[in-house]
Amino acid sequence: MIETLSYLDITPFIISFKLALITTIILFIISLPLAWYLSQTKSKAKPFIEAITALPIVLPPSVLGFYMLWALSINSPIGSFFEEHFEISLVFNFTGLVIASCFYSLPFMVQPLQSGFESISKNIIEASYISGKSKIQTIFNIALPNMKPAVLTAIIVTFAHTVGEFGVVLMVGGSIPGETKVASVAIYEFVEILDYSSAHLYSALMIVMSFLVLLSVYIFNQKQKKKFGL
Amino acid sequence: MINININKELHGAKGLMNLKVDLQIKKGEFVALTGQSGSGKTTFLRILAGLEKAKGSIKIDDEIWQDEKNYLPTQKRGIGFVFQDYALFPNMSVLDNLLYVKKDIKLAKKLLEITDLSQLENKMPNILSGGQKQRVSLCRSLMNEPKLLLMDEPLSALDPKLRTKLQNEILTLHKEFNTTTIMVSHDPSEIYRLSNRVIVLNHGEVLSDANPKDTFLKTQGSAKFSFEGELLDIIKADVLSIAIIAIGQQIVEVVITDDEAKALKIGQRLNVGTKAFSPIIT
Repeated sequence: MIETLSYLDITPFIISFKLALITTIILFIISLPLAWYLSQTKSKAKPFIEAITALPIVLPPSVLGFYMLWALSINSPIGSFFEEHFEISLVFNFTGLVIASCFYSLPFMVQPLQSGFESISKNIIEASYISGKSKIQTIFNIALPNMKPAVLTAIIVTFAHTVGEFGVVLMVGGSIPGETKVASVAIYEFVEILDYSSAHLYSALMIVMSFLVLLSVYIFNQKQKKKFGL
Repeated sequence: MINININKELHGAKGLMNLKVDLQIKKGEFVALTGQSGSGKTTFLRILAGLEKAKGSIKIDDEIWQDEKNYLPTQKRGIGFVFQDYALFPNMSVLDNLLYVKKDIKLAKKLLEITDLSQLENKMPNILSGGQKQRVSLCRSLMNEPKLLLMDEPLSALDPKLRTKLQNEILTLHKEFNTTTIMVSHDPSEIYRLSNRVIVLNHGEVLSDANPKDTFLKTQGSAKFSFEGELLDIIKADVLSIAIIAIGQQIVEVVITDDEAKALKIGQRLNVGTKAFSPIIT
């Protein structure tokens, strides 16, 4: 065991967390306006947008991964556009992983933010407009500070879900050491080559870290609820 | 001077209804808006605030809030609005709630002074009582020195004693700032005390527009006094009948003849009045 520890290559973990961090930041920026729109709109398009946003939850990661691979490869218009104009390849590298992860984890960011926005009384939002404040000022000064548990849930669940993804990552990124080989893929490969002690170690580490992250979220949420007298 | 001429189709409790209001309101007037629920009062306020769209025009002095071509968004109308449920910002202290509207610390302190809230300026809204919250909300609505103050049943969630105290504060603030005000209320005594003009809405239309005295004084003919009530029951007692009537928070019994009893329906609104000592029912 000690021997395994000293040989432990933490690069897959670093890639996993780097991917999760970048995905979470990008998704937070994209999801804020989307979640706000969904929480405020009465449009007939709302259920369609909601259904599309929620698709990654029900789709097998292989389906999503297959389409992502197809859309991002140089044989598709999107992939060839990036290849020709920016000389960037979008598959089997880290950029491709980030794009795929953003699609895959979108519902985990949008849904908590949307229900957070929906939990804010309409009168409070309107009171802010009446005070002369724009929508953006209202989101940042009134809405977000009053839904901290929802914001934290969205960020942490997105982060954790990205760390935990496997199928999409494997299909779009492959398993290039130091580039696209994330922790979950590394564990899969250890099992394949029957290196169970490494698989155990990586898996145990994943469990402990995930548990600690989730525990801190729930402790924070409980404290917030007490603070606002909910 | 405010010129309002709006109409909007509403889906009311009794199907489609057309809210149609044509009004002029003078500067400094305190207008009470009353009528049964579902008559369009709140929608009317929301249209004035720019929170809901309607056809027609709204002009205040030389400023156009809406007409065929223009529509001024809520943010630019410079109004004050007091919600029934206070709508304070829970993440801000009392003082910050006021300063969020306008960074005018002098005005904020003055308003809190008038409403007796200076001690609470650093407290968060969730520890305040209902009456305190509504006073904060009232102060906040005056922070931008609004051209028009709108109040949607501001005191209906408070108990009667507190209501009287807050009515006095509203009156004080109105005298101090002379803000043109429209208040939705169901309470005749509140309306009488605060307003100088009462508009009764019924099914989206203005039923009457008069001073509070003419609106609420119900005596007819030579009656000395008269109360409006609801007929709850008619009990037969020998040759006579007894009508049980709810007037305000009280139940009264009135002796009526059988003929009178036949003409009445349980649940109807009626007036109970008296000439000298003989009660009459109309």
